[in-house]
Amino acid sequence: MIVAQQKPLEEIRQMVRGFRRLLVLGCGTCTTVCFAGGEKEVGLLSTSLRSVLGQEIEIEEAVVQRQCEWEFLDQVGEAVGRAEAVLSLGCGVGVQGIGERYPGVVALPGLNTAFMGLTEAPGIWGERCMACGDCLLHRTGGICPVARCAKSLLNGPCGGVQDGHCEISVDNPCAWVLIYDRLTQQGRVEQLEEIIPARDWKASHSGGPRRIVRPDLRDMVGEEV
Amino acid sequence: MPAGSNLEAVLAAGRFAVTAELGPPKGTNLGVVERKAEILRHCCDAVNLTDNQTAIVRMSSLACAIHLRRMGLDPVMQMTCRDRNRLALQSDVLGAAGAGVRNFLCLSGDHQQFGNHPGAKNVFDLDSIQLIQVLAGMRDTRRFQGGDEFTGDIPMFIGAAANPFADPLPYRVVRLAKKARAGANFIQTQAVFDLEIFGRWMAQVRARGLHEQVAIMAGIVPLKSVGTARYMRDYVSGVVVPDAIVSRMEDAPDPKAEGMAIAVELIDAVREIPGVRGVHIMAVGWEDVVPILAERAGLLPRPLI
Repeated sequence: MIVAQQKPLEEIRQMVRGFRRLLVLGCGTCTTVCFAGGEKEVGLLSTSLRSVLGQEIEIEEAVVQRQCEWEFLDQVGEAVGRAEAVLSLGCGVGVQGIGERYPGVVALPGLNTAFMGLTEAPGIWGERCMACGDCLLHRTGGICPVARCAKSLLNGPCGGVQDGHCEISVDNPCAWVLIYDRLTQQGRVEQLEEIIPARDWKASHSGGPRRIVRPDLRDMVGEEV
Repeated sequence: MPAGSNLEAVLAAGRFAVTAELGPPKGTNLGVVERKAEILRHCCDAVNLTDNQTAIVRMSSLACAIHLRRMGLDPVMQMTCRDRNRLALQSDVLGAAGAGVRNFLCLSGDHQQFGNHPGAKNVFDLDSIQLIQVLAGMRDTRRFQGGDEFTGDIPMFIGAAANPFADPLPYRVVRLAKKARAGANFIQTQAVFDLEIFGRWMAQVRARGLHEQVAIMAGIVPLKSVGTARYMRDYVSGVVVPDAIVSRMEDAPDPKAEGMAIAVELIDAVREIPGVRGVHIMAVGWEDVVPILAERAGLLPRPLI
């Protein structure tokens, strides 16, 4: 999932100041699951904003299933129409989705989108994927060094590993120690003798903003590619 | 094709080699580099110029390496993957090679969190092993990583680092093997304090025959004070300082002298280990001690080849 965290209330207060009608819009998928932008968080944040902004602002609340799909965003057209600004509790995709669907309204980010990851334990989320566009998990024991090594090293751990953790933080297990242990457990550690040569980063963000066009699906809806 | 560096010649002659580290200044004064270089001139075979070590901005290793070359010393230009992508790294290599720099040391680079720009974006377009491959490719095929040819000779003696003391210990020799296969000619290790771990690693190195493919130089860090010893034991990731060494420093009436004595003992000890071809002395900010250590360890005079 996409993991996000609410911005500090003061930053949000500064952001929404001057707007008289605000829609606080939650997202029912990723940010609900990571307790950052679901129905409950929309309610709590709206209450906080009402208490700090008082009569200055009229706040409406809503949640859509996903802010990253037009069909769900279309369901809140009326509420968006009543607002001067929408404070999105979706990820950065959601904020931009609102802006693209409703260009006349000001779309504001209520969250900081953090990373793509999973819930390691209740209340703990960890990054797992950086969407580099050319997955090599089959070569690294199913553990991603691009996302989980602080230096994205592809050929083994640097010299800064101590007691299994990364030099930058004791809370960050060394990705390469995890990879080594996993492959050892699977009896495939000899895989780590291979050199992974310099990568072609074109498929990552280095190649510019990415876009996927599927002609087969375009054909199905009868539109030209 | 030999690279033609002094370090390469000393190693090729079968002599026990000595390199030392020179930390470039946090400023514009090349005089500092010159002063340190003169201290090191006659007590080592080549001088490493660190590349924004511990992610603290300093005069570039490229500029310092060229300056040392002009002073008639043999520089080892350190290059990290943290700050520059493959375009910048290859461009620096062209400039350095054109100015007569022959030794290059390929490193990942300390994370920027430790330095004076913790908010910087790091690069890591390549990792250290890929950088070795890129340099070896330039040297052997006269082509950039991207495939284009370039003009001019580019003799290079390619180095890399190895840390026998960091987790996972059994993987460390594998990583060395990858560096050798990528094209490294010499290795400078992390500081050796724990001779037992180092000895075990060297045994694995010999078992794979890697000591015949790359010249292994053991890292030596002279301890200047009790504080340094404790700090390295407790806070420097990937460095193992046994308690016995820290205790020796604590109990010594003159810790500085004790640190020098320990360093000389370590040099003597690693020299006895089959497959160790030299020492790399990293006297960070204490370059004055290098000639003394070299003398006491019987490493002077340095061979003229």
